[in-house]
This record gives sequence, C-alpha cells and structure tokens, in this order.
Amino acid sequence: MSSQTSLDFRTNAAGAVKDGALRQAMRQATDTIGTKRSDAMESVDFTALREKASAIRMEVLDNLPAYIERFTTQATQAGASVHRAADAGSANTIIAGILKSNNVRMVAKGKSMISEETHLNAHLEKEGFEVVETDLGEYIIQLAGETPSHILVPAIHKNRQQVGRLFAEKLGADYSEDPQVLTKIARKALREKFLTADAGISGANFAIAESGSLVIFTNEGNGRMVTSVPPLHIAILSIEKILPSLADLPTFMRLLPRSATGQMLTSYVSILTGNRKEGDATGARELHIVLLDNGRSEIVKGDCREMLKCIRCGACMNVCPVYRTVGGHAYGWTYPGPMGIVLTTLLTGMAGSHPLVDASTLCGACNDACPVKVPLQEMILKQRVRRVSEGFSPAGVSMGMRLFGAAVKSPLLFSFGERLVGWLWSLLRRAGGENVVGRLPRPAKSPFSRRMP
Amino acid sequence: MHVQLFGTCLVDTFFPEVGEAVVRIFDRFGVAFTFPKGQTCCGQPAYNAGYIPEAKGAAEHFLSVFGGSSDPIVTPSGSCATMVRHHYPELFRDDPEKLRAAEQVAGRVYELSQFLVNILRVHETNLTGSGTMTYHSSCHLTRTLGVTREPLALIKALKGAEFVPMPDATRCCGFGGMFMAKLPEISMAIADDKAESIIASGADTVTGCDCGCLMNIADALRKRGSSVRVKHIAELVAEGL
Repeated sequence: MSSQTSLDFRTNAAGAVKDGALRQAMRQATDTIGTKRSDAMESVDFTALREKASAIRMEVLDNLPAYIERFTTQATQAGASVHRAADAGSANTIIAGILKSNNVRMVAKGKSMISEETHLNAHLEKEGFEVVETDLGEYIIQLAGETPSHILVPAIHKNRQQVGRLFAEKLGADYSEDPQVLTKIARKALREKFLTADAGISGANFAIAESGSLVIFTNEGNGRMVTSVPPLHIAILSIEKILPSLADLPTFMRLLPRSATGQMLTSYVSILTGNRKEGDATGARELHIVLLDNGRSEIVKGDCREMLKCIRCGACMNVCPVYRTVGGHAYGWTYPGPMGIVLTTLLTGMAGSHPLVDASTLCGACNDACPVKVPLQEMILKQRVRRVSEGFSPAGVSMGMRLFGAAVKSPLLFSFGERLVGWLWSLLRRAGGENVVGRLPRPAKSPFSRRMP
Repeated sequence: MHVQLFGTCLVDTFFPEVGEAVVRIFDRFGVAFTFPKGQTCCGQPAYNAGYIPEAKGAAEHFLSVFGGSSDPIVTPSGSCATMVRHHYPELFRDDPEKLRAAEQVAGRVYELSQFLVNILRVHETNLTGSGTMTYHSSCHLTRTLGVTREPLALIKALKGAEFVPMPDATRCCGFGGMFMAKLPEISMAIADDKAESIIASGADTVTGCDCGCLMNIADALRKRGSSVRVKHIAELVAEGL
C-alpha cells in the first residue's frame, strides 16, 4: 500500500480494509505488541506510575515557556546551539542552513516523527542533500518511498515477504524472507552510511530542562551512531517534550518502553548533554537543537492542552480497533490512531482534516492504555463538537441531527418516526444500502412502548 | 421495591422481546415498575456526533420524564446508562440548576445487570440454562460505567449452562453507533474479527448487555454462516427463571 496524502479517511481506508496482507500484518503485529505490553506491565504498578507521569507532564505544560527558557539556557551552557522554529517551514530552513554552512553532503538520520511532521527529508533532498534513514523500519519505508504507518513501528504494515522483495529490488540482495538475513543486509548497507555521513539528524524522546540534556530511547543502536559518529549532530524535537529534571526520567523509563513495545527497557537509553569537548571520548563536535512549535504554544492554552502530555508511545493505536483494521496510512498525515486524530485536527486545522474525527468507535480502549492519562476519547469528542461548530459537518448529517433533536423532545413525533421507519423499511433498506441499513433487523411490528400499560 | 424502566429506543423499535424479558424478570422478583410515558432516546447519537444542543434537548426531555422520583431507573443498555450517568452531568456543568437535576437522575440509573446482581441478588437464586455461553464485554459498560463482574455473575448463575470466555472479550465489536453508518466497511471488518473470537470460543450462545453491539454481532455471525445464537442477557435470565 502506498502512502496517502489526503485526509479523507473513508476513501483512504476503503482500500486498506480490503487489503488482506495489510490486515493480517496489522493484526499480528498489534496482537504481539499487546501481549508483550500486558506481560511487561505486570512488574509495575501501572495505575500509580501513570498518575505520576501525568502529573509531571502537566507540570511542564502549566509552565511551558519557563521550561523552554530553562532548557535553552542549560543546553546552550553545555555547548549546544538552540534554535526556535515557529513552524515546519522554518525548522526545515534552519536545518538546511546548518548543513550548508558545514558543507554537508550526506546525512544519516535517526528516527524522528517531528521530522516527518515538517517533511524534512523532502526539503533536504530538494536542497541537494542525500538523506539516509537508519532506523530499520524507517529505512524500509524510505526504500519503498512511503511514509511511516505507525509512530514507533513505521513499517508495521509490511510483512517479511514484502521486505524481502523490496531489498532484492532496491539493494540488489538475494531474496530472503528470514528476518535475521534481512536485518544483516540492512546493517551492511547502513554501516557504510554511518561511517561516511557528514552529519547526523535525530529526534529526542525527552529534553531535560535542569541539565539541557536530550534523552533518546532506541533498540537498534542507530540513535547512538547518528548522534556520535558524524562531527555534526542536529536534534529536532517539539517544545512539549521537556521534563523538568533527570529525577523525572525513571518514571518514563519504566512507562515508555512498556507502553510502546512491551519491553521492560529499550536496548539503549542515551542521555546527551552538550557537544563533545576536548578529552571527551565520544559525541558530535557541534550540536544543534531545533525546538519546533508548529502551533503547540496555542494548543497548550486551549481545552485540548492535555493532548500535549503525549509521550509518543503508540499504545493508543496498538489497542485501537480502527487502527488495527486499516493501518496508519489511512489517517493521511503524520500521526495515526487516536492520538493522530486529535493531533492532526489540532495541528493542521479542521478544514482539511474533519473526516478523521469519525475514525473512532469511541470504545475508550485508548484511554485505558495511555501511560500519561490523555483522555483521548473525550478529546476525539471535542474535535467532533469543533467540527460542528466550525461548520464542517456534512449538511445531510446536520439536517438529520436537527430532526433527531426535535423528535427526541416530542414523544409523538418520536413514535411517529419509529413507525415511519417500520412502514418505509423496504425503501430504507434499498436507499440506506446493504452495508448500513441492511445490517439492521426489521423493526418490530409493535414497539415495546405500545406493549406497556 | 419500585423502579422506573427506561426501555431505550433500540429496544423499543427493534428488540421489544428484550424489554419483555426485563418485565418477566421484574415480575418474578416482585419488582413493581412504571414505564414513564413519553420516554424517547437518551440522546447518545447527538452527543457522540458533537451536536451538543440536540444532546442537551434529549437530556432535558429525559430529566422531565424520569425526574420527580427517587426510584432506581433501570435500563437494559450499558451505553444508555453511561450516557445518563456520566454525560448528562457533563452537559449541564455550567448550569447549576439543571446540573442538580441531572446528578439526581444520574445517581439513580442502573444498567440491568448491575441492578439484578447488586440490588436484587438474582445471581444467588435458582436459575437454569443450557449449552455453552460466551460474553461480549461492551465498551461503555466496561470502561466508563465500570461494570465487569455483574454480567458474568448472571451467566455463571445459570445452572446447566457452561460459561466459555472468548478471546479479546473487551475489544470493541465495531458498532460505535453512528460509526457503523459513517464507516460501514471498517465497522463490518471489526465486527468480523469479533465474530471470529465468538466462534473460536466454541460457545453456542453469545450474550451481552447492549442491543447495538448484539445487533452488529448478529449480522457479522450471519455473514459467516454461523449458527451461534445472539441473546441479550435479559433474555437468558428470563429463559432461566
């Protein structure tokens, strides 16, 4: 399945729902992650931990400008250059500028969803830089010319046969569907890139205000390579990723990997403070940190501010029945699943994204899974209210709702409506379609209320 | 014991047999009830679609029909009970007078299995059943209302019947109210996964506490050519009296 650029969820999802390989891959991957997650959670008090994590995140959001200030001061003192980017375009321009002034030709990139949000790769390629994704999943989809369909497991929609064919075609490797062989093929191709890259670009899971440090959780070690092998390292992250101090980190070290991949801990947790100094064994000589706002300073003032507590673990999408069925590309922008519905409408505006707010059954599984207690179900409902108030609800639905609103207050009209549905049933079945009205049973001859004294 | 019965619009239109099962249970346990005249719908379709004025209108109507009493309000639907208990007070958060009325009514609402187990202790009486039964744990009932134990207590009280859990019992069935109409293909695909779980349980009957989910599940089972019976929990208890 190729990448989507439209936000018309129903159209995007129509193909996905019929794609047997995609559905099987999604079911298998989300079920595996789900089982690992529940097993990993047994060793912690999830209720208490998420309470604590939520409180820490709210503390940051309640005082965001002050924390950004503190982080900037500390990171600068540690030897980093901190840049503020108001929007996606300025983040890309800043990064391209840094690369140009360092005569960079090739960039090795660690996983960063913020760089997906700004479409950084496309911008850099247009500017003439070679950009290589080094996270295995990101590498796969870069070779395939796609975008991530999961914020953590970007190639979750692909099975190993598809990856085998892709590597054979793009890398000239012998076809294999053995994950170990495939990993080795990628490792060989990537190793060369790490050693010859002029710059590394990474994201960050957290930024520590107290020390100006960046924290990166990875499993493949590529994060450590891109941040320490090339002489220049640029980290791009959004402003709300800050934690007050290193003392807050253990809470998230327990919660994030467990919520994300069902691991007790990721293979690597890197804490990077400033650039490499004389006598340091590792690290980039020059470190730039780009803090992306892209509307977040406004969101944090509004009634959906809790969405910014999100630590990008992906648990909400892994448990979402809709995401599990259609995969991430149907959501059409950077972030899929329940958090994606809310973030996309908040960050890109309702005009283009309103069909997305239907992409939930409101089952609430996301609420239960979220490690920082983002009330996703309520947030999705809020976006639906916004859609109506901003005038993007389809006219037919609005008319239906006005009728419903009138009937529900008038028992006579309501029971007339019920009877009308009964009388016109055959017609409604034809008009309403096999997939909607055709799934309902025929209305009872005599409604229950009329059987009551 | 005197209660008010809220039938719900789905029971009224499509499943009167579920309402009649509730009445038979009430009769058997000596529960006197009124069926307040003029009851319509709890307003969930409007609330979930983001139409707040319409949802408020439905809530105000409900409060006028069911208000002025201190009897428990019993309804054979987890999602309608959730609407009244949790969302009515939210709707009137900024209107102290209506909020008081909403909270009074919200505090009296019981989903059927809650009422049967926690108040009537029906599960401790002599009920019978047969065959193997599995249970779909509907979303709002389970996650928002927090009702998990009561339906199982009722099923397990049916002597002669065997309870067999289904895999992923708390996973959504794909109904989602308007969701089934707005994204029917996805709704049907999710429902098909649910049907697969039900069939995998090996049960000959699937039950639950929400007619919307059961209706969706029945369609998915039919499409798979399955002979598994779909019954609301009220019907199983009434059959076992």
